[in-house]
Amino acid sequence: MNLVETPAEAQKNQSYYNALVELLYQFADDDFIVSFRGSEWLGLAPHIEEDVAFSSITQNTMGHAFLFYQLLEDLGEGSADSLAHDRSASERRNAVYFEKVNGKGTYVEEPYYDWALTVVRQFLYETFKKVKLQAASRSSYEPLAHTAQKILMEQPYHLAHWKMWITQLHGATEEARMRIHSRLEEAWREILDALELGPLAEEMERQKLIKKEKDLQEEWQQSVEETLGFLPNIPLGKNLGNGRAKQHTKDLEQALATLTEVYVSDREAVW
Amino acid sequence: MYNLVEHGIYSENEQKEDPEKYEEFMARIEAGEKIEADDWMPDEYRQTLIKLISMHGISEIMGALPEKEWVPKAPTLKRKLGIMAKVQDEMGHGQLLLRVAEDLMAPYGKDRGDLMRDLLEGKLKFHNVFHMPTKTWADAGVIGWLVDGAAIISQTNMLDASYGPYQRALQRICAEEVFHAQHGEAIVMALAEGTKEQRAMLQDAVNRWWSALLMFFGPASASTTGSSKQEVTTKYRIRKSSNEELRQAFLDKYLPRVFALGLTVPDETAHYDEDKQKWIYKQPDWTEFKKIISNNGPRSKERLRLREIAYENNSWVREALAPTAAMS
Ligand SMILES: [Fe+2]
Ligand SMILES: [Fe+2]
Repeated sequence: MNLVETPAEAQKNQSYYNALVELLYQFADDDFIVSFRGSEWLGLAPHIEEDVAFSSITQNTMGHAFLFYQLLEDLGEGSADSLAHDRSASERRNAVYFEKVNGKGTYVEEPYYDWALTVVRQFLYETFKKVKLQAASRSSYEPLAHTAQKILMEQPYHLAHWKMWITQLHGATEEARMRIHSRLEEAWREILDALELGPLAEEMERQKLIKKEKDLQEEWQQSVEETLGFLPNIPLGKNLGNGRAKQHTKDLEQALATLTEVYVSDREAVW
Repeated sequence: MYNLVEHGIYSENEQKEDPEKYEEFMARIEAGEKIEADDWMPDEYRQTLIKLISMHGISEIMGALPEKEWVPKAPTLKRKLGIMAKVQDEMGHGQLLLRVAEDLMAPYGKDRGDLMRDLLEGKLKFHNVFHMPTKTWADAGVIGWLVDGAAIISQTNMLDASYGPYQRALQRICAEEVFHAQHGEAIVMALAEGTKEQRAMLQDAVNRWWSALLMFFGPASASTTGSSKQEVTTKYRIRKSSNEELRQAFLDKYLPRVFALGLTVPDETAHYDEDKQKWIYKQPDWTEFKKIISNNGPRSKERLRLREIAYENNSWVREALAPTAAMS
């Protein structure tokens, strides 16, 4: 398969184009929502050093979303800002587990957020992101390959950060271990759509845009097990729905209402 | 910046301290030497620094909260990244300053946990501007442009502070604050050049922030609120200019810019008096100021509540991180 070097080339082949934008929406929408859940934590992390580190990761992650939305913009899907701010929940491809609220309350009032959920989610997410980016760095679509390589220059630091947290908490007090365990089992029941490539998975593989879904999943599991030394003893599920097929919960609507509040107040204005 | 606005309980040790050492110390700072954490210093100096630096540090941290409200709401991806970078810097400033304060507190056997408890118990104040509500996106612009602008003026005033660790922290902080002011100015410019609604939103934000900005530098003299510490900080060469001089410098720099944008301030008397060579303005309500900094401002309770919940909610994490927690 020849490399596709430009958006114009990608546009010539409809089935290639469709699979490509589907994949890019997954990357962009995942980072966008994960960054949002991270930004809700600002000022609420267990200590100030963590606030500084976490907000740096969150900011980088929003930067990654920006890069993916830009690839979509280059392909003629609309401006990066409108893609980020002007698509309803039913158009989003992020995995449902990533949209799940951090806990009770809102980020400005009574935020009873759970650090165990965040550590588990960020760890599982960054582990998968690395696997997926590595596969994308050899993508047939060169602009995607370049973007993936660029993100891989900093993303492993994010993963290292969450590896440290999960190992430390899991090896600490009985309470910490229990909390991590129960969030891990919950994740196992809800995260499967994140590990999938959605309805166009086969076409993505056929067009050499990315690896086979099963291989990505396997690599992810191995990597998670390497860090934890075990895996939850239950089958992976998607109990909250399938985000890759644009199914979402009201948690995403809550997030989007906040993320887009100012943008939608005047779409024509220059902000 | 973060003026030292409230008295702590200062010990009366000074007279009991070795007068010779005291003279030597004063000679050093008057010669422009920097004092380091392990050097001998008068108790009053140490306590003044602890109050000043812990208030500055905690204000950086509490200051991230009003802006945080607008982080996810920022209207474009670029603005989202810009405001994220800024609040992260502010947290970083807080971290840097609390470390400086912790070193000074060490001889008293106190640490950061004590500062956090003092904050929640209302013993450690944070800056008046961070007790205020944010209503619209324009507030994010005005905070960056004018609040950070005011911070630059008062921090620059201490860039040559006699205490080395603080002075060096301020060098780094001031360099970053310049970017914050630019970030704020860019937001403000876009609104000023924008639609009628955007301009109205901006004017409204300026109106609401005006008196908080005047209060920012603290009262002109101790007689106003009975609690200005500017004399001590000047004596020890921590700061140079007085509160009023700083406020004048702020008005001098920003009022012409505000007017040039076609904006107004909610004070018809505000103008530059050529004869007196200073800005004339209506005094803000200093009783209100006292109320605000004693945690009775419009958003004081809610912002403190955020830190309180974080503290309670993460107690299991702190326990897990404690040195004794690791299971073999
Ligand atoms: Fe700052
Ligand atoms: Fe700042």
